[in-house]
Amino acid sequence: MAVLVYAEHDNAELNEATLRAIGAAAAIDSDIHVLVAGAGCGGVAEAAARVSGVTKVLVADDAAYAHQLAENVAPLIAQLAPAYSHVVAAHNSSGKNVMPRAAALLDVAQVSDIVAVESPDTFVRPIYAGNALATVRSSDAIKFVTVRTTAFAAAAAEGGSAPVEAVSGPGDSGLSSFVGQRLSDSERPELTSARIVISGGRGMQSGENFRMLEEVADMLGAAVGASRAAVDAGFVPNEYQVGQTGKIVAPELYIAVGISGAIQHLAGMKDSKVIVAINKDEEAPIFQVADYGIAGDLFKVLPELKAALEKSPPKR
Amino acid sequence: MKVLVAVKRVIDAYVKVRVKADQTGVETANVKMSMNPFDEIGVEQAVRLKEAGTASEIVAVSLGASQCQETIRTALAMGADRGILVETDAELQPLAVAKLLKAVVADEKPDIVILGKQAIDDDSNQTGQMLAALLGWAQGTFTSKLVIDDGIATCTREVDGGLETVSLKMPIVMTTDLRLNEPRYASLPNIMKAKRKPIDVKTPDELGVDIGPRISVLKVVAPAKREAGVKVADAAELVARLRDEAGVI
Repeated sequence: MAVLVYAEHDNAELNEATLRAIGAAAAIDSDIHVLVAGAGCGGVAEAAARVSGVTKVLVADDAAYAHQLAENVAPLIAQLAPAYSHVVAAHNSSGKNVMPRAAALLDVAQVSDIVAVESPDTFVRPIYAGNALATVRSSDAIKFVTVRTTAFAAAAAEGGSAPVEAVSGPGDSGLSSFVGQRLSDSERPELTSARIVISGGRGMQSGENFRMLEEVADMLGAAVGASRAAVDAGFVPNEYQVGQTGKIVAPELYIAVGISGAIQHLAGMKDSKVIVAINKDEEAPIFQVADYGIAGDLFKVLPELKAALEKSPPKR
Repeated sequence: MKVLVAVKRVIDAYVKVRVKADQTGVETANVKMSMNPFDEIGVEQAVRLKEAGTASEIVAVSLGASQCQETIRTALAMGADRGILVETDAELQPLAVAKLLKAVVADEKPDIVILGKQAIDDDSNQTGQMLAALLGWAQGTFTSKLVIDDGIATCTREVDGGLETVSLKMPIVMTTDLRLNEPRYASLPNIMKAKRKPIDVKTPDELGVDIGPRISVLKVVAPAKREAGVKVADAAELVARLRDEAGVI
């Protein structure tokens, strides 16, 4: 039986997270179908059909699925799932919202946020903010799995030529409707897929001071993130939050500025390849995970960092 | 309007969790336990609904060992009116918790069930969504703002790209995100008062719910430890090291 991957998209583009969910699905089975539920989402379905490794695309094009409301999409997934051994999605705000609802409709459990596939029924997932790794085996006939996207390589966006098949589901549940959204309109790379991330914490002292981070970010082609403390203080919006309950990132380079390194923040970034910490408190726990640390005042170090990058620009 | 709020007893957020030597789980003996922080936000939301005159009664429910009564007492001290403990020493997984809560909802008939978006122990982020599915109710997950008016709940949700607002037909299941509110500390008089508030104890058998686990834990290990690196003198040295030594810029 094949694996069904639930695609995340905005009716225009397939989200990069879905490529990683497909990458994880490939570790389970070679027969991979992708479900694109949306409205006017034909282009997304075509993009999904071109993804390497995808063997079929199911497209449910219906106004009821335009905003992928869980109340409408979960019954569609539950209707299709019995033909599959696994249903897989990225463990991001879309997958987290929809997948458990669909699983419960079928009376099956879900394995959340996996970081490795040991076998088709056995997975590794972090628990306790990543302070422990549990190897778990699912006994359900259909396995619902959400995937930590940073732990799996993305499937190649090109190379496939899967057939696209239209499907229809129960449509509008009448329980919920979409009102509006306020989405970040940053030109910078997306946090969870950026090669370099620079994050600020409470030490930044204000939202205005994040400009200093943004200037360095733009020289490095980096995304900007924040600790929970900085978001709670209102310096930056919620979508910046890196941590156990925010976004999980694992870039090649993570620069933590004015972040002390609480357990819940480390949970969101400790799998980064290289970590840099800039903090005036020499004893800050962030230094225990940092490859390079500068113990100093960020308001002095950030301008110096900018100057050093101007003098000797990044090679990559 | 009646509010049911679910509270989970977890290892305190500030405890450094240690994996057991036999790889069966994490050390819980002599470890400080607290209410799941997202559930505290849920209790606070319920109390605010009552203070605003929207809610008339708050029932706090916890599931697990008898010590969960302490967690319920915390909710009662924050302002919940009474408690329900579904007592079992068996391991409870999210689907089983959702089924037990569904049975409690059938008895209590609340208009809104509030849960934390995730528990900080198993980090599953499933129970609220599963409960909503089993009840056939709308779900407002990861909510940072809730407005209830005329049978409609308007939830502003924290999503990856920013914020999304949805309109939900009541009754609903809502799960809390961090920015919904800042939970209050219980005052001493309220802690004393909470001791006299009633807690009903039920069992999964009495509720007629099969709580058998679907997922078995084969082993639990500690992750690879990161070693602390080096302190560098200044930004110029940092840039040189990142470029020439680490090769990341």
